Amino acid sequence: MIVDKNGSPLLADENIKPDTRHGVILYVEDVSVSFDGFKALNDLNLYINDGELRCLIGANGAGKTTLMDVITGKTRPDKGTVSFGQQVDLLQLSEAEIARAGIGRKFQKPTVFEELSVFENIELSLAGDKGIWTSLFHKLSGEQKDRIAEILYTIGLTQECYYPAGRLSHGQKQWLEIGMLLAAEPRVLLVDEPVAGMTGQETERTAELLTSLAGKHSVVVVEHDMAFVRSIAKQVTVLHQGSVLAEGTMSEIQSNKDVIQVYLGEDDGEANGSDDIEKAMSNTQEQTA
Amino acid sequence: MNISNNAKHSTSVTQPIRPLIQKLAQLGSLRVVIGFLLISAFYVTFCNIAFAEGSFFHVSDYTVSLFGKYLCYALLALAVDLVWGYCGILSLGHGAFFALGGYAMGMYLMRQIGDRGVYGNPDLPDFMVFLNFTELPWYWAGSDSVIWMIAMVFIGPGLLAYVFGSLAFRSRVSGVYLSIMTQAVTYALMLAFFRNEMGFGGNNGLTDFKEILGFSLQEPSTKLGLFVATAIALAIGYAISDYIVKSKMGRVVTAIRDAESRVRFVGFKPEHYKLWIYIVSAMLAGVAGALYVPQVGIINPGEFSPLNSIEMVVWVAIGGRGTLYGALIGAVVVSYAKTRFTAIMPEAWLFALGGLFVLVTLYLPKGIAGLLPHLLSNKDNEDDSSNSKGTDSKNNRSTDIQKTEVQS
Repeated sequence: MIVDKNGSPLLADENIKPDTRHGVILYVEDVSVSFDGFKALNDLNLYINDGELRCLIGANGAGKTTLMDVITGKTRPDKGTVSFGQQVDLLQLSEAEIARAGIGRKFQKPTVFEELSVFENIELSLAGDKGIWTSLFHKLSGEQKDRIAEILYTIGLTQECYYPAGRLSHGQKQWLEIGMLLAAEPRVLLVDEPVAGMTGQETERTAELLTSLAGKHSVVVVEHDMAFVRSIAKQVTVLHQGSVLAEGTMSEIQSNKDVIQVYLGEDDGEANGSDDIEKAMSNTQEQTA
Repeated sequence: MNISNNAKHSTSVTQPIRPLIQKLAQLGSLRVVIGFLLISAFYVTFCNIAFAEGSFFHVSDYTVSLFGKYLCYALLALAVDLVWGYCGILSLGHGAFFALGGYAMGMYLMRQIGDRGVYGNPDLPDFMVFLNFTELPWYWAGSDSVIWMIAMVFIGPGLLAYVFGSLAFRSRVSGVYLSIMTQAVTYALMLAFFRNEMGFGGNNGLTDFKEILGFSLQEPSTKLGLFVATAIALAIGYAISDYIVKSKMGRVVTAIRDAESRVRFVGFKPEHYKLWIYIVSAMLAGVAGALYVPQVGIINPGEFSPLNSIEMVVWVAIGGRGTLYGALIGAVVVSYAKTRFTAIMPEAWLFALGGLFVLVTLYLPKGIAGLLPHLLSNKDNEDDSSNSKGTDSKNNRSTDIQKTEVQS
């Protein structure tokens, strides 16, 4: 039985509502993870504010995906604490419980239920009891149908409602996956490379979508496309070798000495304009990808 | 799933029957299958009783038993399809559940023999007297009661599925590893049941049954009764499976088949769902085994043979996995082919089965049931056929959602 500090059971849904009185929804403190001696995360500290849109950038191997794995319960850290609001210890919860608590995750590769229709994909993702008996006797209420219609409208897939999800284009699958996250009514959305493989127009629409979600949800985006990051992010965190290298607005990041040193390998990076650094950051990704 | 939108071309051969098929599709597969089952059961019964031997319409007692056997196989195929076709668990050990259900029935039938056995012992079945048992083993207690027997038909396979499934699914064993483990389980059980000390009759198994519920098993009327009971059991099993796959439960297991990790992150516990559907499937297989034994008159460890379990998977693959009626078609067609083939040239049967499997995999990846959309689709009356979609309840919801959009 999992209990909180006061000894009351933590598994009941009402007990995993995050306490965000301090304005922070996700606390990641002193987290380290190593795989066979390789330190994927190294004393990492990260705070996500309630309702903000945060971009995570960094070269491959910087620990972005591992960080997402730790938050969603897929990987357990060697040390450190991860908490949702002030009081919910995520390290005590299973993946399914974390998802129900309100942390949704979109994978790098779009994973939707290919044989089910777009509608059914959203239906399964709706917040609510996920037990066997409920599923066996479940009937959609009018309210839930409205909610599904609303989400389909938000992600722009109303027309494709009854298509099998496997027949959607790559970009549409990414949106559907975001829609599935929304259906779970999450407080935090973790979005891994939402615009990989998208056309320019699709990228633009995704940027609009994610910006519109911030405020109501906290959105954390991992992305390699610097132009995209610039277009959506107010706050950017740069990860390097498993810890936070720099944090700030895009222009602050681009003039940050540490960042310039890591990306351009120069001791005094003042000579370079921000365009160069942006290019260098994008190039690093392409080379390592 | 989507009956109407797939194939575009059609052949003139199917022209005359297309309206009939479309009419049936409008009724929905559940009603068609159950209706067909009950009508054919009635037909066989009627022709068996009403027409004298030698008449063209007469259905012999032998044929009645044969059909009963096929229906047991169909129920078994349904069980395999439920876990494999819908949940993606390729079980190569469903024969174990079938045989356990069969043994539960066999034990009851053994106890009904009473003192009419060769040794005339009122308490012990013949093989126990022969093997120098002095008293019934503890696990035979209660086996002379019908209620106990019925309970064991469900509990035996259900318990095995629960123990094996909870261990395997919790450890997240899947794919080919799981298939090999299920195969190993049924093989281990076969070896165990071969042992005389197990108290299940060793390699001879349980046989020489006399009567069931007081009716002599030699009587044609009893055989007919068992055939009808099997048809009803299959109809009920089909209705239950149909309900499951059309419920939200069914969509969750289909989702598990396609993207298990996503299901987990959506907040479901896939291992619970897998375990649940595995147990339901095991129980269906157990019922099939229990109905099979009195109709063939014997249950022995050969039923645990891995080969049997693989054959069940072949039925489903040939019939069309992921459609419930496909499993039924596959079981009946392949079993009928086997009956004919083994009568003509027995040694060639396995080659024929293998060849059939290869052909179906190559040319009919969705099995025989995959042909149905071809029969249904027709360029001329596309509107007509899209109406038939209403049968799988999607159409209703699509109009629902369109309405909500109009309102908002």
